[in-house]
Amino acid sequence: MKTVMKKTLLIAATSLAAITGVGLGVAYAAGGSSDYEMKHVHWHFNGPFGTYDRAAMQRGYQVYREVCSSCHQLKFLSFRHLGDKGGPYYDEAYPNPNDNPYVKAFAADWTIQDIDLDTGDAIERPGIPADRFPAIYDNAAAAAASNNGKAPPDLSVMAKARTGGADWLYNILISYDKDDVFYNKAYGGQMAMAAPLSDGMVEYADGTEATVDQMAKDVTEFLAWSADPKMEVRKQTGTATMIYLLILAILAYISYKRVWRNVEH
Amino acid sequence: MSGHPSTYEPKYAATRWLDQRLPIIRMGADFMTYPSPRNLNYWWTFGGILTLCLVSQIITGIILAMHYVPHVDMAFDSVQRIRRDVPFGWLLQPMHAVGASMFFLAVYIHMFRGLYYGSYKAPREMIWILGCVIYLIMMATAFLGYTLPWGQMSFWGATVITGFFGAVPVVGESLQQWLLGGFSVSNATLNRFFSLHYLLPFVIAGIVGLHVWAMHHAGQNNPIGVEPKSKKDTLSFHPYYTVKDGFAVVLFLLVFAFFVFYQPDALGHADNYIEANPMETPAHIVPEWYFLPFYAILRAVPDKLMGILLMIGAIAVLFVLPWLDTSKVKSMRFRPLARRFFYIFLVACFILGWCGAETPSDMVFTVGQKLGVSDLGGYLASIGAEFPSGENVKFIEDQTRAFTADALAACQSELAAGHALPEYCSQTPQGLNFVWLSRIATFLYFGFFFILPILGLVEKPKERPESITKAVLGEA
Repeated sequence: MKTVMKKTLLIAATSLAAITGVGLGVAYAAGGSSDYEMKHVHWHFNGPFGTYDRAAMQRGYQVYREVCSSCHQLKFLSFRHLGDKGGPYYDEAYPNPNDNPYVKAFAADWTIQDIDLDTGDAIERPGIPADRFPAIYDNAAAAAASNNGKAPPDLSVMAKARTGGADWLYNILISYDKDDVFYNKAYGGQMAMAAPLSDGMVEYADGTEATVDQMAKDVTEFLAWSADPKMEVRKQTGTATMIYLLILAILAYISYKRVWRNVEH
Repeated sequence: MSGHPSTYEPKYAATRWLDQRLPIIRMGADFMTYPSPRNLNYWWTFGGILTLCLVSQIITGIILAMHYVPHVDMAFDSVQRIRRDVPFGWLLQPMHAVGASMFFLAVYIHMFRGLYYGSYKAPREMIWILGCVIYLIMMATAFLGYTLPWGQMSFWGATVITGFFGAVPVVGESLQQWLLGGFSVSNATLNRFFSLHYLLPFVIAGIVGLHVWAMHHAGQNNPIGVEPKSKKDTLSFHPYYTVKDGFAVVLFLLVFAFFVFYQPDALGHADNYIEANPMETPAHIVPEWYFLPFYAILRAVPDKLMGILLMIGAIAVLFVLPWLDTSKVKSMRFRPLARRFFYIFLVACFILGWCGAETPSDMVFTVGQKLGVSDLGGYLASIGAEFPSGENVKFIEDQTRAFTADALAACQSELAAGHALPEYCSQTPQGLNFVWLSRIATFLYFGFFFILPILGLVEKPKERPESITKAVLGEA
């Protein structure tokens, strides 16, 4: 029994060592070269039981709507996603997010380019929950032309698209130089985007003070959700799966001992 | 099958009818009662684990293919749609992506097990060679599949790998264009990669069938490498090994599930969340972790074609391994000298993986700095001198050399005096960089295969037990 357990542990340890070893190697390779030390935030969504902080996400959406959305799109998101389970405006009373009054109101707040099906004319109409977040610029060239030659990237998966993830996003937002609005310490140089946030820029409905740090945290929470909207259900399923597998492992081990009980090996 | 008598007796009229026409139930039943050496340890469970990986990849892959769109304008979006809107897409997509890594983790353990216990030796050469073929097709499939999400790493990885074919003498360029379906990675490339990525897993499944058939014919190897001699040396595959494999499979699934549910992105690269952009090359193009050792071998050689040949050689050498190893003793348990070289080989593989992930010019460790002159003009300006000029080439050369020596001396004296180094001086770190580390590791990698033929002739193996049963009882 002892030797078997030892062997089992050895196998498990070896596999894990192999994976983490490689993982660390890759992470190390991808690290930045600047001297800036990333501030690590203890996010509400960290850890195996982490969930998104709903209030922070809602404030984050406000920051996105009032600040970021003048240049950055969320092209993989529809308005209805805001009311999905795990989303910032999910309400149990509205299992279908298309009925959610918040979602409807937010959608209607945007103008959507459409075609009038009777006349064929190009029209503008208020958004509905089924609409995607619209493009901000007509095309990439126009986007680049109005933003110092660099088109503002889409933000849907931004919280996953840089090494460091959500921490990177937050650090970028709080690391602009006070005198040079384009110089960013976390980026390690001049960015095409000038410092987007300043204290008191938005007025939070819940009375939270809108400091740069607070807004950066909130919008990061929102964009972390936007990049991984199914994280909560994934982690919950993970917990159930791990418990199931652990019990199964114990049962399998007992069966193994029983089947082999009379066999020297 | 290996002379193992069939014990299957059809119980019903229908099964009797079938047994006379297509004895497929008999085949399955005989597989289940197949006599397996009684001393197989946990390293032998990875065959079953790999079968599970293949089945999981095929099932998740078939469902993903129903939602994926192989078009340069829509591929990235369709993957996002799968993760956001397709029912259970949030589970299937990471299962497939993490599954590829788990597949390689298991296959590497399986291969190292074969190496350590000499499972490639007579009469099992075909099992080993078929395994190498499976591994090769697995690498192709993984590479093709990594292109499909159409992220930055997908696109640029595909560009780099297909670029290898361009290094083939004479026909290289035509070959590369034929493979790509154009002059660069494009929609035509994505379409054919998708088609092949769907095809190859079934080719793998077919060869797995041959691999298992060959194994049932030649019999399983075992940790002491002494062939079973009597009935006492073996156990029926079921229930003894089904239950042991089952336990190992569950442990493996725990690791698998950990990554799928809690770290789905840990084994990938952040750049693949940026949609492919042919106009913007990422700062570092890094392949998936399971290709890193070969990537390091490729970059260890300054010449492109030679690097590619060496990389291919690193895999090709596995195919001839059964004939490189001249020792009659299978298991390294009884080969103390060979075992030492095996461990060196193992470490070399890990070091190569590390080198593959790093920038070649980066330093592994530094021992001091080398002082140099980076800007001679700056030095001359600082002392009010001018660049030598005129018609006399030798004079100019001599003067330049003398000035450089002066500048270096100035740098040294400034450094010795503890002053800040003038701008015309440079300091280059001295030590071991990753190119040289990968060269050392590449040497050790191939060294293993060169030393094996010699080892078999000079090494004195330890005494081996007479039979599996004696070994088992002796140890217990």
